[in-house]
Amino acid sequence: MAQTEYAVQLNHVTKTFGPVVANRDVSLGVRSGEILALLGENGSGKTTLMNMIAGIYFPDEGEILVGGKEVTIRSPKDALELGIGMIHQHFKLVDVFTATENIALSMGHEEKFDLKRVHDRARAICEKYQFALDLDQKVYEMSVSQKQTLEIVKVLYRGADILILDEPTAVLTPQETERLFTVIRNMKADGKAVIIITHKLHEVLAISDRVAILRKGEYVGDIATADATEESLTEMMVGEKVELNIDRPAPVNPVKRLDIQHLSVRSPEGVTVLDDATFQVYGGEILGIAGISGNGQKELLEAIAGLQPVEPGTSIQFFSPDVVDPVQLVGKSPKAICEAGIHLSFVPEDRLGMGLVGSMGMTDNMMLKSYGKGHSPLVDRKAPHDLAATIKEELGVVTPDLNTPVSRLSGGNVQKVLVGRELAADPIVLMTAYAVRGLDINTSYTIYRLLNEQKKNGVAVLYVGEDLDVLLELCDRILVLCGGRVNGILDGRTATKEEVGLRMTQLIKEEQA
Amino acid sequence: MHSSLIAWIMRAIPFGTIIMYGALGETVTEKSGNLNLGVPGIMYLGGFAGFASAYYYENTAANPNGLVSILIALSCAILASMAGGLIYAFLTISLRANQNVTGLALTTFGMGVANFFGVFILNGASYSAAPIANKAFAAKLPVLSGLGTVGQTVFSYGFLVYAAIVLAVVLHWFLTRTRAGLNLRAVGENPATADAAGINVTRYKYLATCIGAGICGIGGLYYVLDYNQGIWATTGQIEALGWLAVALVIFTTWKPLNAIWGAYLFGMLYWLYQFLPTLLGITLASYMTDLVQMVPYVVTILVLIVVSMRKKKENQPPEHLGLPYFREER
Amino acid sequence: MSQSITAAHAPLLRIARREGATLPQKIAVRAGAILLALVVDALFIFFVTGLNPLAVYGVMWGGTFGTSVRFSWMLRDLSILLCVGIALAPAFKMRFWNCGGEGQILIGGLAAALIMVYQGNNLPAPALFAAMALGSIAAGALWGFVPAWFKSRWGTNETLFTLMMNYVATSIVACMTNIMRGQASSLGTLNKATKAGWFPIVLGQRYTINIIVVIVLTFLMYAYLKYSKQGYEISVVGESQNTARYAGINVRKVTIRTMLISGAVCGLCGFLIVAGKDQTISTTSAGGRGFTAIIVAWLAKFNTFYMALISFLLVFLERGASEIASAYSLNEYAADIITGVILFFILGSEFFINYRVILRGANKEGK
Repeated sequence: MAQTEYAVQLNHVTKTFGPVVANRDVSLGVRSGEILALLGENGSGKTTLMNMIAGIYFPDEGEILVGGKEVTIRSPKDALELGIGMIHQHFKLVDVFTATENIALSMGHEEKFDLKRVHDRARAICEKYQFALDLDQKVYEMSVSQKQTLEIVKVLYRGADILILDEPTAVLTPQETERLFTVIRNMKADGKAVIIITHKLHEVLAISDRVAILRKGEYVGDIATADATEESLTEMMVGEKVELNIDRPAPVNPVKRLDIQHLSVRSPEGVTVLDDATFQVYGGEILGIAGISGNGQKELLEAIAGLQPVEPGTSIQFFSPDVVDPVQLVGKSPKAICEAGIHLSFVPEDRLGMGLVGSMGMTDNMMLKSYGKGHSPLVDRKAPHDLAATIKEELGVVTPDLNTPVSRLSGGNVQKVLVGRELAADPIVLMTAYAVRGLDINTSYTIYRLLNEQKKNGVAVLYVGEDLDVLLELCDRILVLCGGRVNGILDGRTATKEEVGLRMTQLIKEEQA
Repeated sequence: MHSSLIAWIMRAIPFGTIIMYGALGETVTEKSGNLNLGVPGIMYLGGFAGFASAYYYENTAANPNGLVSILIALSCAILASMAGGLIYAFLTISLRANQNVTGLALTTFGMGVANFFGVFILNGASYSAAPIANKAFAAKLPVLSGLGTVGQTVFSYGFLVYAAIVLAVVLHWFLTRTRAGLNLRAVGENPATADAAGINVTRYKYLATCIGAGICGIGGLYYVLDYNQGIWATTGQIEALGWLAVALVIFTTWKPLNAIWGAYLFGMLYWLYQFLPTLLGITLASYMTDLVQMVPYVVTILVLIVVSMRKKKENQPPEHLGLPYFREER
Repeated sequence: MSQSITAAHAPLLRIARREGATLPQKIAVRAGAILLALVVDALFIFFVTGLNPLAVYGVMWGGTFGTSVRFSWMLRDLSILLCVGIALAPAFKMRFWNCGGEGQILIGGLAAALIMVYQGNNLPAPALFAAMALGSIAAGALWGFVPAWFKSRWGTNETLFTLMMNYVATSIVACMTNIMRGQASSLGTLNKATKAGWFPIVLGQRYTINIIVVIVLTFLMYAYLKYSKQGYEISVVGESQNTARYAGINVRKVTIRTMLISGAVCGLCGFLIVAGKDQTISTTSAGGRGFTAIIVAWLAKFNTFYMALISFLLVFLERGASEIASAYSLNEYAADIITGVILFFILGSEFFINYRVILRGANKEGK
């Protein structure tokens, strides 16, 4: 293999975080004028690997070569000077700065500091690539796609030869994605080396020249995109040919549990994020919720859980098995919802930031929602301790001790702790958001099995997911959100991936099912 | 009534100058995301080092000269306060100690150092003086200060008063118009972004903290050698001034230009108790004057509340203020 | 092969998070820090004064433990400082930067003093003490409530708010003592003749009641934070407000309630100072303890028993320094310097508990 061809190359790179091995002995490279897709499941170490090229992390072992020469990248500054630009998944922008000021931040020291000149040069770049970007706008006033455009302009302004994009399409509409791909192809034509991190297979096939695959932090191999198919890539990604064979028993005697009418939510900035959503949730079925990230999924679950203020006219009625009359949930606090005997279990997106207290052990996390029970002013730690022990045993949570802070556990174990606790609360309605994000296949299947068990027990399950294949195999009905609106509710057994994908991206005018 | 208004302004401006230095220094520090509550301690260090060096020079030099005295006092004050800033910077930036707690410890330490060594200079007396330095620092502008009432109210102060205004303008220019200023603000707002942009976050934090401390120290120096007429005595006065400087930073919503009028306004409010009764032609009971002294603090609280209610992004503290930054944290 | 290449090009020092240092490690690091600080202080003493540092430390020891009177002074100061630390602990555990202990103590002390002066001759002793205690608790709680309310309503920065409240309290105390003293130059001891509102001497000791109250508070606050439901809520809110909301905890309510408690205990401390220690009130009654106690609470990680240890260390230094002041005609500000140095070292030492420094070329598989 002629190593000198590569614009940037990694040799035998290893990186660990405490006990967690993020990357083990990874070697790969990208050539100038080539688009390399870095493919892998969530948690396979793609971002960590790229962060080492960008100077955010320093590798524990191994070497990095740029233009065939070994280099030491101690900081993002070193990376920039080597012509490496990275667009991070979480934007690196200063909110109170204007677009121009943000661009000026990363310009090289050889350039004279003149904001007006920066503005003019940036405008020229915008015109060349046809970006609609107001360079005098403050970042906090921008939409997500505007922020990403700004990030790209920043890198282009800096004139980087090696570009790394970390899941750039996660927050984009299809039109925006297509425009981004055009930009990337133009960069390729300019002779730049591009690495794009993604886990969307069709995008990999559409944009890349070559695909490199990571699995659990290790390099699996690469394949020319022309020779790849979705099936072959999946196989490399997950290690063995997996039939997504998720069990889906037919719903038995579904009973209405939630009747949601005209649910609207506005963000603190006054933007309507959920617009007049109306649907029902039944016990004994799994209702999937599909949509591009940021289209109201989070608000939908939070509104039901009483964590999100709703607009007037919203009605969320709960039909308890024990009480004849429906209960109105709107206006009730999360605590009141619990105390009225309404069990909503909720696995939020941000596991450590919300569902669990990172600095507490399993035991103390078990009682997060139940600590208030009883009249004693003191907390009872006996029951939570037993529950923690049971969950550790049954779900195979790997932890040194029940009192070890959960922030020290790996992502999969954290998720098991969270899901275990929520299931143990005997929910009537169970809401989960991205329950398998970052989990390995086996743990994911454990979660699917647990959800199905709940369904069999008559629990109404709401499943917010990002993987359409899973949604289509697991859910009885699929509600598609688009721009905060309910864009149809499909039958999970008959719907096709194309149908769901289409509804995720464009509003369909029709009578709701 | 007219004359007492002028007298009031002439008290307010020197008072404002002390805290203007403190506030400008702390603004620089806070722009880097470091909330240094050691301002009182740093002002003590600066004030004492300035005084001690001037005092020593006056009492040892054969023929002490005002200009030399200024140079010596100023450089000693700045160096001593920068050393204080360096302790804080090392603990909070390199060793990631909690900023608030470290700042408070620095206040204790600075007060202790200044007063401990001050007692040696006092040597039993209740105060000691550095008259030559005082004369040099408090020298009025020639000619201009003689121009009637305007000359008296505007030009009759020591040079540090005008230097403070210049400094505020320079800082404003620095923060809004220069690369380093932009980088510094980025570090305080979002260090991860600054880091990714290739800015050396640690260096900026260190420099901003030490230079900021140096500027704070000039406030202490001005207090001792000009405002307090070149007299050193063991008091708690500088501590109160230090906290007022911290308050002023909030009042200005982290903008140096606001510090100019804000500082003078604070000066007016501080001396309100003495001049308001005369202006209104009433006599206030002495206990009322005690109560009026809370006005600058109450005004600061009101500003704090209003700013938090309006939530205007531009008026908020630097977003990462008070938080440590560690690149590999996850 | 690749390993040797890497080692040569790694940065000289790298820092990595250390997961779960063991208790002996933690103790060793902290003890080492204090020891190092004492050495630095000893060098300081030697170079500034030329005195034998060991002799100076010996005198300091004598200043604290030398006589029973000195020992009781030490206990007096220890109990007051610890009391403020206990008051601040719940607020800080909630990550609410209550820098207003100073003002909360003063306002509580003022309430006690006012009741003592104006009701001292009207009320029987038990009722008087009860009124003083309640008055000071209410006043302190009010001082804690105001910033907490604004914080919970609009997110107003509490560090700066509480700091400013200190000076508002100082002004009010200055004003009230001015009224109370009348024509006299200073307020002096209150109720000197009747001793109404003075804590009685118990077991031949003037400060017994203060000490007992603080011991009780130490246990109560420990249990409150560790075993009560409210204490659990405080931990959750302090860790993440989002998690707290999710768990159905009313963050605003907890914030306000916790600051009411924090302010109330500070107020009570003001009462202890007035009734059990100074028998008067002035703008310096709190004497910077509101700030020192922040350091105490923080270093002890809100464990009240550790707080007692750290308070002891600080009070020992303070008392010892005032002893060297008189023995060597130095001055008591030496205490501030020595204390400052020790605090710097302890604060710095936390780093070595939470992080590992990896030297270039060191063995990568340390764990």
